Amino acid sequence: MADFVVIAPALILLLASGVVLFVAISGPGTLRPVVLGALVIAGVFALAQGAGGQNAEAFGGAVRVDAFSVFFAVLIVAATIAVILGGSEWIESRAQRGEVYGLMLASAGAMLLLTQSNDLIMIFVALETTSIAQFILAGIARDARSSEAGLKYLLTGSVSAAVLLYGFAFLFGLSGSTSLQGIAAYVAAAPEGGRLALLFAFALVAAGFGFKMAIVPFHAWAPDVYQGAPTVVTSFLSVASKAAGFAIVLRVFYVGLGGGDSYIANDWAIMFGVLAALSMTFGNLAALMQTDVKRLLGYSSIAQAGNIAVGLAAVAAGSTNGASGVLFFLGTYAATNLGAFVCVMAVSQRIGSDQIRDYAGLARRSPWLAGILTLCLLSLTGIPPTAGFLAKIYIFNSAIQASGASEFTSNLGAQMVGAPPFVANLVDGVVERWLVLVVVVAVLNTAISAFYYLRWARTMILDEPPETSALRVPAGVQGVVAVAAFGVVLFGLAPTPLITAAQHAAAALH
Amino acid sequence: MLTLFLMLPIAGALTLLLLPEDQRIKPRVIALVYSGLAFAVSVLVFALFDPAREGYQFVQRFTWIDASSAGFTVQYALGVDGLSAPLVLLTGLLSLAAVLVSWNIELRPRAYFAMLLLLEASVAGVFTSLDLIQFFFFWELELLPMYLLISIWGSGRKEYSAMKFLLYTIGGSALMAVGFLLIGLSAGTFDIAVLARTPDAELILPGALVFWMIMAAFLVKLPVFPVHTWLPDAHTDAPTAVSVMLAGVLLKMGGYGIMRIPVSLLPEQAHTFATLLATIAGFSVVYGAIITLQQRDLKRLIAYSSVSHMGYVLLGVAALTPVSMSGAALQMFTHGTITGLLFIMVGLVYDRAHTRQIADFGGLMHHVPFIGVFMLVAGMASLGLPTLSGFVAELTVFLGSWDAHPIATAFAVFGVVLAAGYILWMMQRVFFGPPSTRWASMPDATAWWERTAVLGMAASIVVVGVYPAVVTRVIEAGIEPIAAIVGAA
Repeated sequence: MADFVVIAPALILLLASGVVLFVAISGPGTLRPVVLGALVIAGVFALAQGAGGQNAEAFGGAVRVDAFSVFFAVLIVAATIAVILGGSEWIESRAQRGEVYGLMLASAGAMLLLTQSNDLIMIFVALETTSIAQFILAGIARDARSSEAGLKYLLTGSVSAAVLLYGFAFLFGLSGSTSLQGIAAYVAAAPEGGRLALLFAFALVAAGFGFKMAIVPFHAWAPDVYQGAPTVVTSFLSVASKAAGFAIVLRVFYVGLGGGDSYIANDWAIMFGVLAALSMTFGNLAALMQTDVKRLLGYSSIAQAGNIAVGLAAVAAGSTNGASGVLFFLGTYAATNLGAFVCVMAVSQRIGSDQIRDYAGLARRSPWLAGILTLCLLSLTGIPPTAGFLAKIYIFNSAIQASGASEFTSNLGAQMVGAPPFVANLVDGVVERWLVLVVVVAVLNTAISAFYYLRWARTMILDEPPETSALRVPAGVQGVVAVAAFGVVLFGLAPTPLITAAQHAAAALH
Repeated sequence: MLTLFLMLPIAGALTLLLLPEDQRIKPRVIALVYSGLAFAVSVLVFALFDPAREGYQFVQRFTWIDASSAGFTVQYALGVDGLSAPLVLLTGLLSLAAVLVSWNIELRPRAYFAMLLLLEASVAGVFTSLDLIQFFFFWELELLPMYLLISIWGSGRKEYSAMKFLLYTIGGSALMAVGFLLIGLSAGTFDIAVLARTPDAELILPGALVFWMIMAAFLVKLPVFPVHTWLPDAHTDAPTAVSVMLAGVLLKMGGYGIMRIPVSLLPEQAHTFATLLATIAGFSVVYGAIITLQQRDLKRLIAYSSVSHMGYVLLGVAALTPVSMSGAALQMFTHGTITGLLFIMVGLVYDRAHTRQIADFGGLMHHVPFIGVFMLVAGMASLGLPTLSGFVAELTVFLGSWDAHPIATAFAVFGVVLAAGYILWMMQRVFFGPPSTRWASMPDATAWWERTAVLGMAASIVVVGVYPAVVTRVIEAGIEPIAAIVGAA
């Protein structure tokens, strides 16, 4: 029984999901209060668990509730509430609203479990539960695009799950344990003979999770699904699902590998460093050419995943604040992306289009939405006084700190026959600090991203609107975007509380 | 006091943005009050600044972002020394002038003045920040108002120019962030004052790389050849007040930044690359001047002349002597007022003639003597006529740079000759010659706001020209510690 108390927040959401689905089948009724009520209770329960400060384990250690899981529980619950409030116009107008609510609750509940999982089997079960709910959600609009999105998501997701499972099988075969602590013990023993197999296993695991995080080269589904799925679902995927993905990657790689101390730390640091650089560059270059806002945000989310992966590389390279950097970034990203998506939902619903050119003159039709959307775009670019600016600085700071701590040595310069010593030293200096290079790629990408984010903002502010009638937006939606915008500015000017929370949560992984 | 200087424009911008649409108080009046108060504060800061005291003055600091366990502690730290105090005054003066010359803006005035004030605040933040991350915060904050000001209220290819400005600046400053983080992490603090006490500290990357990562941003901003191409476009298409701010204070962020950060924190690298920088500077002066000679558009002409004049600043810095750096600092102040005045005068002409093509004009002195006379004053100051402030600054730069970089200095002196050429030739084609029937009915500048702005700027040019010690005693106090750091390296 005590075990069920530990996972109560997730349990509440999963039970509520069943109730909502049942009620929806048995007839019409008001579902929204039940859904929101369940979410609020789960969130409060999670907060209470966090306030206790005690780490709790359940089911023989398969589930672990600590500051880390609480951070994500609050983040995911808050994001789900925001998505449901912001998207209520669309959801309430659908015949399948019961299914939408039910599946969202199920998915969110499974995400909470995912961030608490401490065991490979538990991780897989939770991951699949949340994914399957999302596959259906992506296709729920039942038009051609949405169905395509659902099917594509399902197919890529299934392959990823298979790859992930393959990696898990290797890990279990090597370590003889499914618990992360067991794997950590195996890694800590540093068996040279198992090194290659271990790397292979972790590469497979990273590929499987790469799908959830949408980082290159496991990103191909993201633009299509982002564009095809209903915007409510897209925003849920881009915030809650992505956060859960990064959470479990952090836990598996941090706990399972003992952070930056393990003997293969450098290998996976390089792996994430390369993936980060690829993600940012590819995502930004592809986003430059987009004319559809949801597709643009899809590519943008790939690029942002690259920024977060810089933090993962920093963790692996031994940074003390890489993990908190990832958490801080995810927190600010949640506020920013939610603000952007809820604005997009509200606008697209009214102008009946997702094309950037149809956003022309939005500033005159709805200064409120246009202003907040612009603020969110500035934050995605990383321009002060928004949260995105500090989040980037913080995560890059952790990478540079890690590059100072890393003991990677290069003899590339020595091998360069005929090169003057000055050049050879420079080459060695740069190669040994390769994480700084990743950061350089990241900041140059910031400049690229400025072009397409601000081009969109420019269209809204400068171009002539096709018609000048004001857009009427319900108070609930206005409230959600206002809260998101408040978060974006608050975390940009007074980030200390969120950073402290992120550090506290990250410390729980040690 | 400095917080007040920073917060007044921000408060003004917020007041303007949050006020309901139909107000009896005009937005311009609100902007005038706030920028006037900010100017008063800047005058106070400059007047109360004590050159005899060491270190930063009016310092205010508290911890802004406290993540010390992660090695990431950012302060809110403001302070001025002799280098920044004149620039604070310049920012206050030019912002007030910018508000005055925008008196007749009719397109969305609330947003316009709010952006103008936000621009003032971000520039003020750059000049007074004593923390690298805070410095970078304000450096990037300036992008948004500047972008909107050019792209909404500009003319011509305004959207192209605004985007070009933005991408050049962001591209340049991207690497600066990395450089700051590298310096900050190696030393364990982002406090500029603390960092300057241990120059050339061990970095985890070669110092030369870090030096150039940071210099890149400042050289783009200054700007010098070959990264200057955004400037003529931005100037040509910006509204008058924004040109005034751009040439008058924004470019100074580049020169100020070079002296405050790379030169003070990495003096050894500054010595290593001094000759290269001086070469760039000398080339920039002459290149800018030759291009200026060929311009047919009044505003473009002054824009290119800025490229040439900013070359003097870089030359003075590259010589790394106390005299040359004082000259560079003085050149920044004087160029701010001179070019600011030039842009105001061109703006006044353009408002009346709706053209800026030099070939369209002739004999304007007969029709608009007030505009003509003060254009002449600004032009003479720009070409370095003695008793006007440009002369003092340029002479000091040359005197200080001659020993270190004779060839580059010789080129720069040649730039003065060319400056005389393009200024006088422009004056002759536009203002002198027989009266023209086309412009016979052009009204002179008679409105109080036009005259106040013009007279205020002209007065500062004459005062500094006749009695430069007003500014130089402050500047010397600021350059002395920097020169000591550079000399010791």
